[in-house]
Amino acid sequence: MQAVLLIDFGSTYTKVTIVDLDREEIIGTARAGTTIETNIMDGLKEALAQIPAPEGGWEFIRKLACSSAAGGLKMISSGLVKELTGEAARRAALGAGARVLQVFSYELTTSDLDKINAAKPDILLLAGGTDGGNKEIILKNAEKLCELPSSLPVVIAGNKVVAAQVADILKKRHGPVVISDNVMPELGVLSVESARLAIRDVFFTHIIKAKGLDKAEEFLERIMMPTPAAVLSAAELLAQGHGSERGMGELMLVDVGGATTDVHSIAKGDPSKPSVMLKGLPEPFAKRTVEGDLGMRYSSEALVEVAGRRVFDYLGWTEEQVACQLSLCKEDPWRIPQTEEEAKFDVAMGRIAVSLAVDRHVGTIEVVYTPFGASYVQHGKDLTQLPVVIGTGGVLLHHPDASEILRGAVFNSAEPTILKPQKADFYLDKEYILAAMGLLREMAPQVALRMMKKYVVKL
Amino acid sequence: MEQKTLVLGVIGSDVHAVGNRILDYAFTQAGFKVINIGVLATQEEFIHAAIETNADVILVSSLYGHGEMDCRGLREKCQETGIGHILMYVGGNLVCGKQDFESVKDRFLAMGFDRVYPPGTMPETPIDDLRKDLGSSET
Repeated sequence: MQAVLLIDFGSTYTKVTIVDLDREEIIGTARAGTTIETNIMDGLKEALAQIPAPEGGWEFIRKLACSSAAGGLKMISSGLVKELTGEAARRAALGAGARVLQVFSYELTTSDLDKINAAKPDILLLAGGTDGGNKEIILKNAEKLCELPSSLPVVIAGNKVVAAQVADILKKRHGPVVISDNVMPELGVLSVESARLAIRDVFFTHIIKAKGLDKAEEFLERIMMPTPAAVLSAAELLAQGHGSERGMGELMLVDVGGATTDVHSIAKGDPSKPSVMLKGLPEPFAKRTVEGDLGMRYSSEALVEVAGRRVFDYLGWTEEQVACQLSLCKEDPWRIPQTEEEAKFDVAMGRIAVSLAVDRHVGTIEVVYTPFGASYVQHGKDLTQLPVVIGTGGVLLHHPDASEILRGAVFNSAEPTILKPQKADFYLDKEYILAAMGLLREMAPQVALRMMKKYVVKL
Repeated sequence: MEQKTLVLGVIGSDVHAVGNRILDYAFTQAGFKVINIGVLATQEEFIHAAIETNADVILVSSLYGHGEMDCRGLREKCQETGIGHILMYVGGNLVCGKQDFESVKDRFLAMGFDRVYPPGTMPETPIDDLRKDLGSSET
């Protein structure tokens, strides 16, 4: 047997998956609380102990891990114009699996510096100016960042003409300082891959150690990437296939968590109808969005607030009933529904979280009336023809009726301008293995792909 | 001479794409770096593009007769966003009906445009003007 150990050090749980590479099967999965305060290895050992070992103990040929422990990868990005390099920098950070705490634009002010200092990001992404474009602001911001009281890892992804100069300025105060390609080399051209790699590089050379995760690295080979990056990588592989092994084609992945709802789409999203004009920043093929106000437990109050009438309409409940359920969520974030009422509430919350998160992820179409008649303008991705929606995350896995929740991802004829999938099939990541498969992709992409096709089941 | 950067676009709810392509081609051939934001461009798109690319000129086209409404306030917004001194040219079928061009020109100059072109202007005219205006601004 060729056993591979795959670990996800999550913010709350350490999840382990053991895979038999030859038979392409899961031998076992288990989880235990993440023990970042003491020694990260304690939780890992506890989880591992739950899977019965073969005679003579485990002999893993590889041990790979991803992590979102200790707050995940926290980033702040800074660009020039909010809608242009500001947005491009934000997307690069999200694509690298980061939690983007804040995005700044134009010149950084003293109060912005206070915010950076208070937020204590793991990495700062500094962009601004197209190649050959504005140099002044990124140079000024580099100088300004030197006023910070402590050193930060910085990735520079701005105007290439001054990137080296910006790095020289920043190195006086900060380290490591890494230069990547510009996130927006030309106006309206998004180029996030190089910045993504640079962020990942800094993550495993510096952040792992800073978070005390390196204790695990004596046992493991390496913590390869942030968990969301592993999930995005798995989704990409599942969509695109590898070599002779075909993928599932364009797809969307929805991860409903306690604090956030993540949506990944691996799709071009070109207009599905003729004579539609595309506007705004081009979208990355593999796009990830994170909604910090849409979660089932930690963010449940925020979710009810954003949802407005929808929660009451869906459930037909009074405000008191909803408030009562909300307080349960707050009291005990680990709660798995005990009564029918609680289960109903969870379904309602999950469905609305999915609905709103996908609303924000997909593109929109608007009608513009010109003297020559109506014209259509699309912003973002048109995912109306998308065939596959995959659900993952605790809430979906613990519910008997996951498709009821996933139906939130579907096009709503009452909101025809929001380009959500119209007739997608639903799938479920039943064994909760997507992050693990993103890791396995690093060493055996074909096996990871075939295993996902086997374990991600149609609903 | 350093290559100069122009932001080119068709303002408002105007979808005239052909002339936009021709101008893009002509200005590029003349040696300028053209940042073409295309049709249906808002004032904010012109300004954002100009800031990010550090452009020297904003070139506004309007072919559908609503140019006066669409262009009003553009100079003020440039001033507000820190690029108040950028050169601004405008041309096309700027207004409806048969109006005296001199009065149209005066209105657009008053709005803060540096040059205003009547219908039927060939690209050579603004190219010559650009060389003059940008050259003189350098010395």
